[in-house]
Amino acid sequence: MRPARVSVVTAVATAAALTAVTGCTEKSDAKSGGANSVSVIATDDKCDVSKKKLSAGHVELAIENKGSKVTEVYILFPDDRIVSERENIGPGTKQKLTAEVKAGSYEIACKPGMKGDGIRQEVTVTGGTKTAKRDPRLDKAVAEYRAYAQAQADETLPKTKTFTDAVRKGDLAAAKKAYALSRIGWERTEPVAESFGDIDPKVDVREDGLEEGQDVEKDWTGWHRLERALWKDKKIGKREKALATQLDKDLLDWQKRVGKAVITPTSMANGAKELLDEVATGKVTGEEERYSHTDLVDFKANVEGAEKSYELLKPVAAENDPKLAKELDKQFAALSKLLDKHREGGADSYEFTSYDKVGKADRKELQDGVNALAEPLSKLAAAVAKSK
Amino acid sequence: MAEITTNEPGTAPEAATAEGNSPAPSRRALLAFGGAGLALGAAAAGGAVAMVRTGDEVAPAAESGAAVAFHGAHQAGIATAVQDRLHFAAFDVKTDDREEFVQLLKDWTKAAARMTEGHAIGEGAYGGLAEAPPDDTGEALGLKPSRLTLTIGFGPSLFEKFGLGDKRPDALVDLPKFPGDNLDKARSGGDLCVQACADDPQVAVHAIRNLARIGFGKVAVRWSQLGFGKTSSTTPGAQTPRNLFGFKDGTRNVSGDDSARLDEHVWVGEKDGPGWMTGGSYLVARRIRMNIETWDRTPLGEQEDIFGRDKGEGAPVGKAKEHDEPFLKAMKPTAHVRVAHPDANHGATILRRGYSFTDGTDGLGRLDAGLFFLAYQRDVRKGFIPVQRNLARSDALNEYIQHVGSAVFAVPPGVRGKDDWWGRGLFTREA
Repeated sequence: MRPARVSVVTAVATAAALTAVTGCTEKSDAKSGGANSVSVIATDDKCDVSKKKLSAGHVELAIENKGSKVTEVYILFPDDRIVSERENIGPGTKQKLTAEVKAGSYEIACKPGMKGDGIRQEVTVTGGTKTAKRDPRLDKAVAEYRAYAQAQADETLPKTKTFTDAVRKGDLAAAKKAYALSRIGWERTEPVAESFGDIDPKVDVREDGLEEGQDVEKDWTGWHRLERALWKDKKIGKREKALATQLDKDLLDWQKRVGKAVITPTSMANGAKELLDEVATGKVTGEEERYSHTDLVDFKANVEGAEKSYELLKPVAAENDPKLAKELDKQFAALSKLLDKHREGGADSYEFTSYDKVGKADRKELQDGVNALAEPLSKLAAAVAKSK
Repeated sequence: MAEITTNEPGTAPEAATAEGNSPAPSRRALLAFGGAGLALGAAAAGGAVAMVRTGDEVAPAAESGAAVAFHGAHQAGIATAVQDRLHFAAFDVKTDDREEFVQLLKDWTKAAARMTEGHAIGEGAYGGLAEAPPDDTGEALGLKPSRLTLTIGFGPSLFEKFGLGDKRPDALVDLPKFPGDNLDKARSGGDLCVQACADDPQVAVHAIRNLARIGFGKVAVRWSQLGFGKTSSTTPGAQTPRNLFGFKDGTRNVSGDDSARLDEHVWVGEKDGPGWMTGGSYLVARRIRMNIETWDRTPLGEQEDIFGRDKGEGAPVGKAKEHDEPFLKAMKPTAHVRVAHPDANHGATILRRGYSFTDGTDGLGRLDAGLFFLAYQRDVRKGFIPVQRNLARSDALNEYIQHVGSAVFAVPPGVRGKDDWWGRGLFTREA
């Protein structure tokens, strides 16, 4: 990542927050009139909601967990964004969840065992101001992308633990081996993670990204600090072991917040372009992984993440701008092929040539490939925004 | 989005259609608000008098920064009065799809015509969708056309692609290796090139930047060079500019209005072949690094001997005025003017459009500077090659210069009108 980047996701989030509904789990006193009380009975295989039609304004869910597993309950927008949530509802306990909602469709989800998509019920809110009507195909794209981002975060935690366990054991070789693989899920969905603002500087900052007054030894945390220890200092000390544990903790925070990120169709499109920007500014130059030289792994992950966004938006984009979709298909394939040239393992492996072994001419070729894809990709948002 | 829907083709007024449906104000429209009449102070530019259209009036282009006509029998930017600034870019072709490449040439032609007229390209630089980048990058908004010319050339390597092998002109030879050459591959060659000349560097850079952007995926910039301080003039009535050694060079350059000499030495004739090149020319580009610091420590007498001119007036040895006919035998046998003169090269004559360059310092504290040499000729074998052979062998200047970049291009004839495009003859005609 680059320091002080203003992510499009963040920018859009701010704008969208003005029109969207606010989740407020803390306040229970109803300010706006027309409080709706809904009872939710959660079991291990059911999520019974007492009312499916609600009035706009303050909503209160009275939740009872009659199952055997710890559960959590969500109110979700049609694009799977979280309006409000309540975690850790133990078997046999009752909890309340409140939110303010505008007119529109929502889902209430119970997640027994706090895993997966949950058991869902559709509810309709009427009256008051309406939320903007959108192309349902785009809502679906956003929901699927959110699920993708969540899955990437979910998969990243155990992979990172393999890495951090090795660090904690002081096993230099095992830690080196697990390092790049632990970063793939993060690199695929980086714009979402960056939209939170505070997680990225903790886990993915490079030494030159530290802010003024921050101390390299005291304040630098995350993957790249460990990268330096493993490849440059070639030793693991007490500090590194503590940093490994800190990394687990910070990524857990990320995993929990992915569902709350404000994602819109255009922010998905621009997020895809941002991933290519990341490649162009950090990976092609070899700056990102300056000690481990695993830049091509990040590169591949960035491109995969961008392609995922594109694939989800493609049904709409191809309808609005068929020429653009054709060009993007072609350039994604071309870049993928170009990366394959530097693959050292099997077809689906993430074993790539160490970037310090990639010559000037090959780097230029990669840069040309990135430009060829990123330029049309920057037009994807426009193709998506035409559909309203 | 409203901005797009109100400009649907068919709903726009006729005049807007002619301008390419641009909803954004043109650079020239902005200029008009300032009330600066382009025709004011329009001194004859001499040479190929560039015509500028301002509303209904047609006026000769002034030194000030009017527009140079894009369409014509020859491409602008060759015989055109030399502008102050240069951005030259060489590109590699990245696609093997002939149709796609042809489309790029058409898109480029359209954009080039608009930019030379002082207009923003596509949907303009602002007013469009907030979530998408604008078509035009915008840094030339509010600037005059600044006599921008855009000139395209095709390198020998292009003819190895798209089945163009049999269309490669005989006159487009690969340059031989000259003694003393120290060519950097990363600054040499290219499948095609675009030369942007303008009086304002921002206008020239804007043009190359936007063409590169349109080209991503089809072509990629291989290398590029910025130039300033024109080192030669195609309007010989004016003072010859000085190069970074402080000398006037190229006094006897081909004049842009001397159609007889242009036809003889610069424009490809009908009988020269191939047909698609008639009215075109051949371009040699050389990046010539100058050893500035050692030159500056050279005694004045030696400097003047090396050039064969005096430093103040620029007069050839033994003469009083710059434009006096040089007497070659009065000069040292290795004097630059003597070795380069047509009389020393069986009449070989080239049209020079070189610019000085400096790319800062080289890490050793030496100025990374020199001459970006651009020469147009009817046949490279009869123009640059014999002259450079002679120079490489015996020019006294060689101690202070080194050729570090090199490229050669076939420059097709001019774009004839709105439906014509750069390279149409090469890609469509049978010959």
